[in-house]
Amino acid sequence: MDEQTLLDKVTALDSAVEKSRVTANRPAVDVTAEALVGFMETLKNTPDLDFNMLCSHTAVDWIKDEQFQLVYQLYSLVHAHHLQVSVFLPRDNPVVPTVSGIWRIAEWQEREVYDLFGILYDGHPDLRRLFLEDDWEGFPLRKDYKDDFMLDETKK
Amino acid sequence: MSVTITTLADRTRAPETADSTLATQEYFINMGPQHPSTHGVLRIVLKLDGETIREVIPVLGYVHRGIEKIGEHETYRQFIHLSDRMDYLSALMNNWVVSRTVEMAAGIELNDRIETIRTIVAELQRIQSHLLWWGVFGMDLGAFTPFMYGFRDREFATDILEETIGSRLTMNYIQPGGLAKDIHPDFVSRVKDYLRYLKPKIAEYDGLISGNVIVQERVRDIGPMTVEDAVSLGATGPVLRACGMPYDLRKVEPYGVYDKVDFSVAVGHTGDSWDRYWVRVEEIRQSIHIIEQLLDNIPEGKHMTLKPTAKIKVPEGQYYSQMETARGVIGVFLVSDGKPDIPYRIHVRTPNFNNLWCATRIAPGFRVADLVAIVSTLDLVIPDIDR
Repeated sequence: MDEQTLLDKVTALDSAVEKSRVTANRPAVDVTAEALVGFMETLKNTPDLDFNMLCSHTAVDWIKDEQFQLVYQLYSLVHAHHLQVSVFLPRDNPVVPTVSGIWRIAEWQEREVYDLFGILYDGHPDLRRLFLEDDWEGFPLRKDYKDDFMLDETKK
Repeated sequence: MSVTITTLADRTRAPETADSTLATQEYFINMGPQHPSTHGVLRIVLKLDGETIREVIPVLGYVHRGIEKIGEHETYRQFIHLSDRMDYLSALMNNWVVSRTVEMAAGIELNDRIETIRTIVAELQRIQSHLLWWGVFGMDLGAFTPFMYGFRDREFATDILEETIGSRLTMNYIQPGGLAKDIHPDFVSRVKDYLRYLKPKIAEYDGLISGNVIVQERVRDIGPMTVEDAVSLGATGPVLRACGMPYDLRKVEPYGVYDKVDFSVAVGHTGDSWDRYWVRVEEIRQSIHIIEQLLDNIPEGKHMTLKPTAKIKVPEGQYYSQMETARGVIGVFLVSDGKPDIPYRIHVRTPNFNNLWCATRIAPGFRVADLVAIVSTLDLVIPDIDR
C-alpha cells in the first residue's frame, strides 16, 4: 500500500480523523481525544492495516498555541507501513484516554510522558512518575518549566 | 473525569496480614541500584514469595540527565555528543541515527564513501558491543573467565576505532554531512587482521560457554516469550528476533550500504534466554561477514560533504527515522520550527527503554537467580533507558 492509499484508507475510518495539520515525513493523521481509543483499536485490528507495534509515544509543547501535541508512531510488522497519529490537547486540561489496553508498552511510554509533560492518562493502570521522584514539582519538558538547577536563564 | 496518580510507596505496600500461619508472606525486596548484575544503576523492586518472583517493578531515573531537555538548547552537531552518552556501547549507531534524521530533514547529500565507512564502523561497534555483552553475561552467571576473554577481544576493536576516531567510548564520529575525520591509513589492514584473529575466537567461545552444560541449564527455557507479547511490549533487536520474528531494520528498511551486502538475520524459536544468547553470537558472525565484503571496496571521495561551520537549516516540520543498533531499534523524532541549527523538540525512542519491560512479563514465576539470566540476556544499558 503506498502512502496516499494508506492515508485515504485511514481517514475514511472515522469522521474524527483528518489529515494531519503538521508536516511530517511519514503518513500522518490527527484525531480527537474522544475518538482516540476506538480509532487505535480499529488500526490494530483491521487486517489490512494491522498496526501491531507502538514504536514511540511522546509529546510536543506548543506553548504559543496553548496546546500539547501527543504523537504516536505506529508500525505494522505484517505490512511494513508507518503511521503518525497526533492528538491535540488544551494546555490547561491535558487529559487523554490511555491506549495501554491496546499495546502494553504504552503503559510505560505514557508514564514517561506524564512524568515529563504532565499529561494525564485516564484509565491508566499505574500512573506515576517514571524518571523523577514521586514528590518532584513541575514537568521538565514543558517549555515554561523552571527550577533552581537550571544554569543559563537567558537561553530559555 | 478523575485521574489517580500513584507513588512507588503505594505500589510496594506489603500485605497487612499473612493469609495463614503456614503460608509464607509475600514481601518486597530491592535489587539494585548497586547490584553488580544490573549493569549500572537499574533498580528493580521484586515482590517475592520465598525465592519465587511474583512481580517485577523497575524503578528508573538514577542516571536521568534530561538529554531531551538539553537537546532543545543545543545545535544539531552538539546533540551528537549527547547521543553518545545514551547507549554508550552503540555510540556510533546513535550518532548515525541522529545524523541521518538531520540529513533527511535538511536534504543533505552524502557520497558512497561516507555511507560505506559508516556501515563498517557501525558493524565493528556491533561486534564490540556483543563481545562486551558476552563477557558480562558469563560473569552474571558466575563464570569469570568469559569476562576476560570478551574484554580481551573487544580491546582490539576499540583500539582500531580509537586510531581513527580518537576516543574509545563516546565516539562523536558520525556527524550531519559525513564523518568527523577520514579513516586512518592503516584502518583497512588492521580490521582485516582483527577479523582473521576473531573468527577462530568465536568458535572458542562456543566451546567455552555455548556448549557448556551448566550454562545450558541456567538459560534454556528461562524467560520464554511469544512473538505477540514481544511485539505488544515494543521489544526490538535480538530480543524480538529471538522469539522468531525476523525483524531487522538493516533488511526491512535498508540504510547505509546494507542493501548491497549479503547477510542473514539470526532468529530464535522460543524466545528464551538461550535464544537471545544464540542470536547475539550469530550476529557477531554476520557482522564479520558484512565487514569482509565492504573492506576492499571503500569508494574514493570526501569524508564530509558539509562545511563543519555551515548552519544546518531544517525546514519546519516533524521528522522520524529509525535504525538498528546492537540492542534494537533506535528512533529519533525531530520537530523543527524553522529556526536554523536548533530543534524545537527532539525525542529519542531508545531500544533499551522498550526492551526493559519484557522483564515484567517474563520473569514472574522464575527464581531470583533466573532473573539475573533474564536481565543479562535482555542486554540492558541503563543510561539508554534513563536518558
